[in-house]
Amino acid sequence: MGPLARLKYWAADRAHFAIVLAFSIFSAFPFYWMIITTFKRNSDLINRDNNPFIFNEPPTLEHLRVLFHDTLYGIWLWNTAFVGVLVVGITLILAVPAGYALARLSGRWGEHLGIGIFLTYLVPPTLLFIPLSKVVVGLGLQDSLWSLVLVYPSFTVPFSTWLLMGFFKAIPRDLEEAAMIDGYSRLGAFAKIVMPISIAGILTVVIFSFTLVMQEFVYALTFISPVKQYTVSVGVPTFLVHGDVYFWGSLMAGCFIASVPIAIVYNFFVDRFIAGFTVGAVK
Amino acid sequence: MATVETRNIRKSFGSVQAVNGVDLSTKEGEFLVLLGSSGCGKTTLLRMIAGLEKPTSGEVLIAGEVVNEMPPRARKIAMVFQSYALYPHMTVFKNIAFPLKAQRMGTEAIRQKVEWAAGLFGIELLLHRKPRQLSGGERQRVALARAVVREPAVFLLDEPLSNLDAKLRASARDELQQFQRRIGTTTIYVTHDQVEAMGLGDRIAVMQHGKVRQIGTPMEVYDEPADTFVAAFLGSPPMNLMEGKDCLVGFRPEHFLPKEAFPMTGAAPVPFRVTRLEYLGADRLLYGVLERPFPEQKVIARLPSTVSIPIQPGERYEFVVQEKDLRFFDRDAGHRTEARPLVAQFA
Repeated sequence: MGPLARLKYWAADRAHFAIVLAFSIFSAFPFYWMIITTFKRNSDLINRDNNPFIFNEPPTLEHLRVLFHDTLYGIWLWNTAFVGVLVVGITLILAVPAGYALARLSGRWGEHLGIGIFLTYLVPPTLLFIPLSKVVVGLGLQDSLWSLVLVYPSFTVPFSTWLLMGFFKAIPRDLEEAAMIDGYSRLGAFAKIVMPISIAGILTVVIFSFTLVMQEFVYALTFISPVKQYTVSVGVPTFLVHGDVYFWGSLMAGCFIASVPIAIVYNFFVDRFIAGFTVGAVK
Repeated sequence: MATVETRNIRKSFGSVQAVNGVDLSTKEGEFLVLLGSSGCGKTTLLRMIAGLEKPTSGEVLIAGEVVNEMPPRARKIAMVFQSYALYPHMTVFKNIAFPLKAQRMGTEAIRQKVEWAAGLFGIELLLHRKPRQLSGGERQRVALARAVVREPAVFLLDEPLSNLDAKLRASARDELQQFQRRIGTTTIYVTHDQVEAMGLGDRIAVMQHGKVRQIGTPMEVYDEPADTFVAAFLGSPPMNLMEGKDCLVGFRPEHFLPKEAFPMTGAAPVPFRVTRLEYLGADRLLYGVLERPFPEQKVIARLPSTVSIPIQPGERYEFVVQEKDLRFFDRDAGHRTEARPLVAQFA
């Protein structure tokens, strides 16, 4: 390798590293900001002469105390998890068979239907909550978490169906047909072959649906009034912002605690996703 | 073991007739090859026998029983796909054990059967690997082992060698044939490769546009083609076809030789102007045109290396075809007609 080529190689290597570093900082910064704000004293937070990136005064647990003792944060977390798990379950039950059927439906119909289903996802909740509130009241579900369990699949199912359709389409038909010849029904082939291979797609749907549930605000605000039935996304801004007074430390603590489990699961899943373990299936 | 039969079977996809009335019947333990170019309906026919496609009309019989309404799993068949269709998330052992598990066989019995099947193809040492860790040839063996393991009544193979490189393909062909002879299971094999078809098949069914044009032993379909399609499809280069007065006259390039190669023959000489020569080692291919009294038409001659007569492009030579090597076809329908004197056709 000549000196010029070596320089080029070195420069490319550094550039690569710089880009990765920039993206890492970009992704990690919100977490750093949430953690440091959670433990900062208010006097440290509001003094403009302080360096905002470090602790200028000793850290405190006061904001966490406010979050857990002066609000119902623990209950909201539980409510969010309850709705999240149920919605994820419902989404999987509906979207997995729907995505599979659309993926294997021959001709242009499958594609058009898939796009149509995806388009329903694009109708914003700020429009839908008015008609949906009639449905919720009609069923007597107002002020109950079950109203959210009912309504949330209206946006998780279309997107998940569309996403899973892509995953199922990528699985060669030969694999299912081989399983059907090897002694299984179509359902058996689906369970034994298609599901294990699409695990990355199913995990994506789980995480995606759960995240959507956690961040949903409009429906949760309009359908539920009792504080005890709040989810995190409504409870935290409602109780930690008093007029123009922001409880920054507790707000950040509330966000951080809710986002960490998802971040951990997401990292675990990213590895599975990248592994690309369908390689070698055919050819 | 069993036989497979199709009765006037048809399949159309919309307005496209993929298979158009095929009657086929294998013998017990036979190696039957479906040969045709891509899109001729051979794979669709195989998939209908497997139960993966529903015939538009007609019947499929396996072991004398109509199986039209049976799902693939009930037909006692095994199939090897062109892509091998190995399950990517399972080890080789689990791939081979998969059909046995479907039969709810006991763990110990499964282990014995898998080892037996793996032994047949020499892949005992690969059992713990995943398909992505295997070479093309190894994957093909795993696919075969998975097909064999539950001792099916019929084997269906869909171009199982087409993903192998040329060298591996020759040895795989040899192994496949030996293996089929040993276990003696009725086998239907789909290919577009005529060398594979000629080398492997007990009989060959030549297909075109969803129809079987001819079915016979390799020798029959090559030497006695039923029509011009079969004549031109088999053989490389294909049969030369000349337009005569009231029929088409065909002869194979290897039967079209310099007059000196047949000192004893009484056949009429055919003037042949060579325009191009390809030296292929074992053979020489001569491209050229016939001269009067024959129609000025392009033909190909194939001279084995044992015929060492010097030939120069641009020169005119006297070639001959023996009467017994001439084939006559109907000019319009293309089917075989009775033999007649060559000279009369071009007088």
